[in-house]
Amino acid sequence: MASTKKSRTKGFPLEKSDLLDMYRQMYLIREFENSSAEQYAMGKIAGFLHLYIGEEAIAVGSIKAIEERDHVLGHYRDHGYALALGLDPGEVMAELFGKKTGVTGGRGGSMHLADASKNFWGGFAIVSGHLLPSVGLAYASKYMNEDRVVLCYFGDGATNAGAFHEAMNMAAVWELPIIFYCENNLYGMGTAVEHVSAVQEMAKKALAYDMPSMQIDGQNVIEVYEKTKEAVEHCRSGKGPMFIEALTYRFRGHSMADPEQYREREEVEQYRAYDPIPLFRDRLLEEKVVTEDELEEIHKAVNEQVKAAVKFADESENPPLETLADFVYADPITVR
Amino acid sequence: MARDITVRDALREALREEMDRNENVILMGQDIGAYGGSYVVTAGFLDEYGRQRIVDTPIAENGIVGSATGMAMGGMRPVVELMTINFSLLAIDQIVNHAAKLYSMFNGQYTAPVVIRTAAGWGQLAATHSQTFENWYAHVPGLRVVMPATPADHKGFMKSALRGNDPVMFIEHSLIYRNRGEVPDDDDFTLPLEGSEVRREGDHVTIACWSRGYYLAVEAAEELAKEGIECEIVDMRVLRPMDTETVAESVRKTNRLVVVEEGWKTLGVGSEIAAAIQEQAFDHLDAPIERVASQEVPVPYNREMERSVFPDKNKVIEGVRTVLAKDVNTATVS
Repeated sequence: MASTKKSRTKGFPLEKSDLLDMYRQMYLIREFENSSAEQYAMGKIAGFLHLYIGEEAIAVGSIKAIEERDHVLGHYRDHGYALALGLDPGEVMAELFGKKTGVTGGRGGSMHLADASKNFWGGFAIVSGHLLPSVGLAYASKYMNEDRVVLCYFGDGATNAGAFHEAMNMAAVWELPIIFYCENNLYGMGTAVEHVSAVQEMAKKALAYDMPSMQIDGQNVIEVYEKTKEAVEHCRSGKGPMFIEALTYRFRGHSMADPEQYREREEVEQYRAYDPIPLFRDRLLEEKVVTEDELEEIHKAVNEQVKAAVKFADESENPPLETLADFVYADPITVR
Repeated sequence: MARDITVRDALREALREEMDRNENVILMGQDIGAYGGSYVVTAGFLDEYGRQRIVDTPIAENGIVGSATGMAMGGMRPVVELMTINFSLLAIDQIVNHAAKLYSMFNGQYTAPVVIRTAAGWGQLAATHSQTFENWYAHVPGLRVVMPATPADHKGFMKSALRGNDPVMFIEHSLIYRNRGEVPDDDDFTLPLEGSEVRREGDHVTIACWSRGYYLAVEAAEELAKEGIECEIVDMRVLRPMDTETVAESVRKTNRLVVVEEGWKTLGVGSEIAAAIQEQAFDHLDAPIERVASQEVPVPYNREMERSVFPDKNKVIEGVRTVLAKDVNTATVS
């Protein structure tokens, strides 16, 4: 959701305020995740906690490329999408804490953040499951002439499941405005992609459905923005779906419960050289878009924001048990 | 005014009326368009409504239900036809983990009121094509599960499902599409998606049933009436939310209960009804509850073997005689 002004910063497809906003969002996601890891260690967050650290450029760059009316659906590693879409960090943290003030009232937890008012339909935690409702939303957009594009994120692991192939086929045969956004971080939980996928380059899987695709650098937020923008335009012009494979790497374990015995420390260190945040920061500094002081200001503000989010979550109340049976059915039930 | 029509025509009318009323209602499924539907429910619809609204889908049940769920999230009212309930098992992730969960898991922010039509039934189709799984779906909070018997219920429930806000498993039965009954002449005829119904009054025994089981109960009751045995028939109609109070009320009068179902007895809907009735009317029961259900085998192809698997009129009569022969009040305690 970039500003509509025509002015562009030299060397970039966006103006300065957008660029700083993207940097701020990436830094916010990083600090939010670091903080949630701490809170998990302290026992304030339970269940599964999947951190987006290392992949921030994808959520931030791609969401910058869509409009407010467009639909977003993601997988269970969903904090990044929520924050990039502008959900309140305090309410997101409160959801991780399972509190009443959380974005899904303590019912969803880390894996099921959502804000229907922002067309963010959720993090979904059955691998590949949400690809099908995503196709349906794209169908509704086309059927009802709403001009909405669906941004559907999933990992490399999802591409081996049946629902992925059913979704790809249906989207292609019905020529729907949907971007299948594959975040290839090289591991499905703890299993390396080469052990479980006959095809190593996920973008090739689109060939089976005669769907155009692109493979992009998921660590480069500007490339993510530009390529997603292209894909969005492709979908909006009625040319049907697009497949994007964003190459990325998860710097932390699959979840907080992951001892990471399936990959070498050296490998992780190697990929840390492609940390999307320093890469973007260095570029902004080199091109003199910002000064160190300006960045420092952003860091300070975000750190405060994250601290406040934790405080808000911690001080919020649990959902009252009397509301347990709310929202099972939308229409009334009178029989016992 | 009312007309005597078949279950199939009741469904056709409901779908047509709701499609005419709301252009966001669409039908989708395998072979519902050019072919007209496996059980001919949608024959002629393609010509009338066109490909945009009568959508022939790939043979991919999970995909059909999942995409319909997304359409419903996006404001459409899709009616999915899954050819038979056997194939609905391929869609169980979308039904149970998605459609049934979205409203609650996301704290009431949105619903996905997808209507899933599917048919139970059998007819020498062997093990994988002769099953019924209403108990599987009725186990899941968040779904409404209807399994109607009469044409009026088929019509009224379908219209309500398409005007309501919850996902609905609408389970039909291939062997009753031609059964007839009175349906009110009213474009706005709807029925609440809950509640059992006493369809025949009697003092001696209660028979709880649904779908095709209802017709077996009626045949059995007519024959038993010749001997002076009066059966009260409760058509369960909706299996989630399930109205067991109407059954309990009847049992407080008859003191005896027979449940008829086409599913396997173990962990079937009848198990739930029996448990609910001992909770609600334990002191009124004069005999153990009898469950007339299918033999616990995968259904064989051979005609005689197949028939021996499923409940029929005679098995229902036998069930009634069993509960009438026993009386806890006169039994000797050893």
